[in-house]
Amino acid sequence: MTTKAWTPSQILLTLLGTAVSVVFLAPFAWGLFTSLKSETEAVEVPAHWLPEDWTGQAWKALFDSGNITNWFVNSLVVSVCVTSVVLLVSALAGYGFARTEFRGKNVLMGVVMAGLMISPAVLGVPLFTTVQQMGMVDTYWGMILPQCAPAAMVYILYKFFQGIPRELEEAAFIDGAGRWRVFFTIVLPLSRPSLAAVGIFTFIASWNNFLWPYMVTNNPDLMTMPNGIATVMNSYGIQWAQLMAGGLMAGLPLIIVFVFFQRQIVAGVAHTGLAGQ
Amino acid sequence: MATSAHTIAAPARATTAAGSTTLRRKQGFQHGGWFVAPFLLLFAVFVIWPLLRGVYLSFTDANITGEGASFVGLDNYREALNDPLVWDSLGHSAYFTLLVVPCITVLAFLLAMLAHHIERGKWLWRLCFFAPFLLPSTVAANLWQWLFNPGTGMIDHVFGLQTPWLTDKSYAMLAIVITTLWWTVGFSFLLYLAALQGIPDHLYEAARLDGANAWHRMVHITLPMLRNITGLVIALQVLASLQIFDQAVVMMDFLPGPEGSTRTFVQYTLEEGFTSYRVGYASAISVIFFVIIAAVALARMWLLRNREESAR
Repeated sequence: MTTKAWTPSQILLTLLGTAVSVVFLAPFAWGLFTSLKSETEAVEVPAHWLPEDWTGQAWKALFDSGNITNWFVNSLVVSVCVTSVVLLVSALAGYGFARTEFRGKNVLMGVVMAGLMISPAVLGVPLFTTVQQMGMVDTYWGMILPQCAPAAMVYILYKFFQGIPRELEEAAFIDGAGRWRVFFTIVLPLSRPSLAAVGIFTFIASWNNFLWPYMVTNNPDLMTMPNGIATVMNSYGIQWAQLMAGGLMAGLPLIIVFVFFQRQIVAGVAHTGLAGQ
Repeated sequence: MATSAHTIAAPARATTAAGSTTLRRKQGFQHGGWFVAPFLLLFAVFVIWPLLRGVYLSFTDANITGEGASFVGLDNYREALNDPLVWDSLGHSAYFTLLVVPCITVLAFLLAMLAHHIERGKWLWRLCFFAPFLLPSTVAANLWQWLFNPGTGMIDHVFGLQTPWLTDKSYAMLAIVITTLWWTVGFSFLLYLAALQGIPDHLYEAARLDGANAWHRMVHITLPMLRNITGLVIALQVLASLQIFDQAVVMMDFLPGPEGSTRTFVQYTLEEGFTSYRVGYASAISVIFFVIIAAVALARMWLLRNREESAR
């Protein structure tokens, strides 16, 4: 690997990038330092950056109060289930719409595309009464299933499947492979990067979803991370140090996931770049 | 689903070898109803059915239990159109959208240009600008509620101010906008970055040979090549911003903000549905909101089509 030269314009850009990054990261730093202050020091006026008295008491209180581990597990269960179901059903549906024929396909495709405009924010109240009638309020089912029909993900995969050369599949059909076999052994392995993108964005959206779990759960034991932090922790009267610690805990998993997957994304880009030359 | 397609395939086996090959080829792509069935089932139960139900409920005086509701015709809609809170909350959502969308688009573009042109540590810039988007909305909101806290917050500390950010009507929405910019710009930034990486290098090399300077290259190559992605960024942001809810309620401690100045349209719908238990009325407001969203989405499609036609 060759080291790139520090031209004046690169020095200038790097300095600018550093300055912007500092602005972007400063709120995280302020939150982190607050979480390491005592509750009384956190609300001292005038405010200061670094704790005068470093203490882990907010973090300890967070775990002692108990709920946070429940919320974490709930978030994990909900997000993993939602991501798995969404990957499965939207890959199947995307392929079905892109590559198979059946009666009423175009009409159904139109209906799904119209679904791109409908979100829980618009559906909120009637969606809640529907879920209520099915007896799924305050259950995992009620939190998970309504998040499992994202028209956008079907559309992304539909577009991707359309781009796969038909000849690949036709050759397999001639050799006697069935549709399902072709789908699982040829199409899905080819789609790994798209599936990864859909999976990552579904996981982020589900982990961070606030509105729907807020509507469908009242039981603090069933709440997800964003939900519990916003509703339960605020309702005690705000303890800022503890709130910041809880927020950092809720945000950390995804930042780790992104750091982990970013390598793969970069590797993928580099790989296709090499292949193109 | 699609049972009739089976009958077509059956006689094909009797035909000549050449004929059966083409038919079997086709057969592979036939009767795929089962592929879409699982998704359609979920979609029907959790999207289409609630939507139809919402339309039905909007003509009734249903409460939260859904029992003993009677048909009231257009009364809910008549009331909604005369309800000042409907117009106020719609105005707040629209005002938020008008502030956020242009700022995010420009900011995302500038950040992407920066991250694209710095040669060292690309992953680090990407992570820095994208990291806030990875926080749950409620955490981002709580964090900024703390940063805006008068006297003890970072904003006042850094800028030496004493501003009643969250308790004064004229600053509250601005505080929510700033939070949203920081929190969500990363997503559009990533879209722009991917688009920038997709512009072929030879365009720039050719322009350089023709003596184009950096400014010319940007105006005549970069910006035109980014037109599609800009359209996408704006469309996604408009639809997302109109539906703003999370940041506003969390930053205002689940209240409608000073003098109700940050009560958004989604918030008002949920207040009517879950606080006042007026499910029928809330459904009517939701339907109005859905029509507005659909109109925006259709307007975008119409604009795109016109642009494509004029480009020919």
